[in-house]
Amino acid sequence: MTAAPAPQPGFPDYADKPWLDPKARPFVEVERVVKKFGDFIAVNEVSLKIYRQELFCLLGGSGCGKTTLLRMLAGFENPTSGRILIDGQDMTATPPYERPVNMMFQSYALFPHMSVAQNVGYGLKHEKMSKGERTDRVHEMLALVKLESFARRKPHQLSGGQRQRVALARSLAKNPKLLLLDEPLGALDKKLREQTQFELMNIQAKVGVTFVVVTHDQEEAMALSTRIAVMDRGSVMQVGTPTDVYEFPNCRFTADFVGSINLFEGIVTTIAGSVVTVKADGVEGELEVDHPTPVTVGTPVAVAVRPEKITISRETPTDPDHNCAEGQVLDLGYFGDRSLFRVRLASGRIVLVSHQNVRRARDEERKVDWDDKVWLSWSPRAALVLTE
Amino acid sequence: MSAAAEPSHALPPPRPLGYRLADFASRSWQAILLAVPYLWLLVFFLAPFLIVVKISLALSEIALPPYTSLWQWTEDGALSIQLYFQNYAYLIDDTLYLSGYLNALKIAAISTALCLIVGYPIAYGIARSAPTTRNILLLLVILPFWTSFLLRIYAWMGILNKQGLINNVLVFFGVIDQPIEMMNTDFAVYLGIVYSYLPFMVLPLYVTLEKMDPSLWEAAMDLGSRRWQVFVDVTLPLSVPGIVAGGLLVFIPATGEYVIPALLGNPSSPMIGRVLFDEFYSNRDWPVASAVAVVLLILLVVPILMFQHYQMRQAEEGK
Repeated sequence: MTAAPAPQPGFPDYADKPWLDPKARPFVEVERVVKKFGDFIAVNEVSLKIYRQELFCLLGGSGCGKTTLLRMLAGFENPTSGRILIDGQDMTATPPYERPVNMMFQSYALFPHMSVAQNVGYGLKHEKMSKGERTDRVHEMLALVKLESFARRKPHQLSGGQRQRVALARSLAKNPKLLLLDEPLGALDKKLREQTQFELMNIQAKVGVTFVVVTHDQEEAMALSTRIAVMDRGSVMQVGTPTDVYEFPNCRFTADFVGSINLFEGIVTTIAGSVVTVKADGVEGELEVDHPTPVTVGTPVAVAVRPEKITISRETPTDPDHNCAEGQVLDLGYFGDRSLFRVRLASGRIVLVSHQNVRRARDEERKVDWDDKVWLSWSPRAALVLTE
Repeated sequence: MSAAAEPSHALPPPRPLGYRLADFASRSWQAILLAVPYLWLLVFFLAPFLIVVKISLALSEIALPPYTSLWQWTEDGALSIQLYFQNYAYLIDDTLYLSGYLNALKIAAISTALCLIVGYPIAYGIARSAPTTRNILLLLVILPFWTSFLLRIYAWMGILNKQGLINNVLVFFGVIDQPIEMMNTDFAVYLGIVYSYLPFMVLPLYVTLEKMDPSLWEAAMDLGSRRWQVFVDVTLPLSVPGIVAGGLLVFIPATGEYVIPALLGNPSSPMIGRVLFDEFYSNRDWPVASAVAVVLLILLVVPILMFQHYQMRQAEEGK
């Protein structure tokens, strides 16, 4: 491995963020791809640019087209229209067995009649390799996923987590240019999933292969990926880093799908510099948002505030007319690390508030309890205006 | 007093009578459900078989019944039992029987292979068709069973005859000058057996192919295999249980087949079923016929046991 060239003074360093570099060449290009099944449009005019060594996530609910898009990258489905380029080559019509792409299946799809070593080595028999080289490669792959001692086992003799690792080793054995992972952690239980998440990232860093991951689990997408494409009903709604997508969602769908959020529908009343003031339905005072969003006075918008950015208190705030709301605690969920409040405003609107439990407190010392009258407040910089 | 002082390890209180009665009833129902089929097998399979074994150890005689009795009471009241094994020795001496067995095994084996070659694509096609058309296709496979087996074989006689459908059509179009001799040949027997037993091959094959995970095929293709390689590496090895089950379902009844070779076959090289029939009805030598039947049964039990052994191993591996 050669060391990455040091960034030249005066030039921004794009090594970790190639998508910001206007001169970077995308590794995978999806160009206006459409896929129809009869009358049903599974993927609708999707365009994506994925860069080398990225861990790119396609995130969305079931039926949003993310798996169909992945299957088109693998070559199992042909686009109705549009192009797919991998490493500069048009792969739109190339059959799966001729693509430099491998896939890890959701069901793992391990061959039940073959041993672990035979499974991992299956793709290598099509390579021009001597038998010794092939055995070495299988051992190398099994070492990568820490399954050396299981080489002779059959898939049904392994646990779910071990099967997942065999599937990963098998899909990496041919050293593909692009690895596709369909819900890679979906079949694992929660603890194992968290552990495997980091293992997957380490392996990706080690082998340096570009990963495209399909998942419906937003936490998984946030933890794993360099960038996320949020999909809904066949279209890509937003592409961005986990922080972009979570902190600066560009539409109501993304805001609501990734994490939980409070959306206050309203109308823009004044604009002063970067501060937009909104009169929202069901909230007494005015809502101020300090984030430059191109809007005009009178447009209907949604003010979005994440539950953890709202302060909950029994005391009346100093400026109760701005970014404040009074209500009553309807529900209280205690999760240990945080507490979740459902607060009902006078208008009947329910607002979600999450409170980080920084201090240890006994039940009888709880500051805010069921049925308490409370004030909610947040800073103008914590909220966003959504137009889409 | 003593009951109140019982320590905690005392037996739990007896469950209400109603539950215990229901328990007993469900257990005895299980026993009854198992007993009925086994009783049936005992009365209608094992007992007749033992009678056949007994007859095979007797000698033929002109009497009623036409064989000697195995046991007799001597005048001083003692029981004398006489077993004759020459019927079995006779089966080895006369080449008619040996060639009959070999002929039957050969024809059954070739027919089974033909059924596999014809049946596999059919089963594969059905398994990969859309779920709605699948049921119609399966129905079509078993449709011939709705007509009598004997009738269908008679129909083939009409088709294969010198003046039959095939010859008439071929002569009419000038493909041949003279009608081809198809009746009473091995060809006709193969045709009859493959035609009759094909569903028994298709159905178990369909079951194994249908439950195969399609992502296995995709995985193989993804790893660089073309369609035929996917078939050889994945589909074929994983359908072995269906091939074995279908193979035995065709091979076993085909070996003892009587009707098809009798109606369509070549009388000069009979299968063992034909030999057996002639021994009983034409020769009226019941003991020899019984010996032929016993040996045939032993020949067929071996593959059945092999099949069961295979199934058990599969079941253990599948866990």
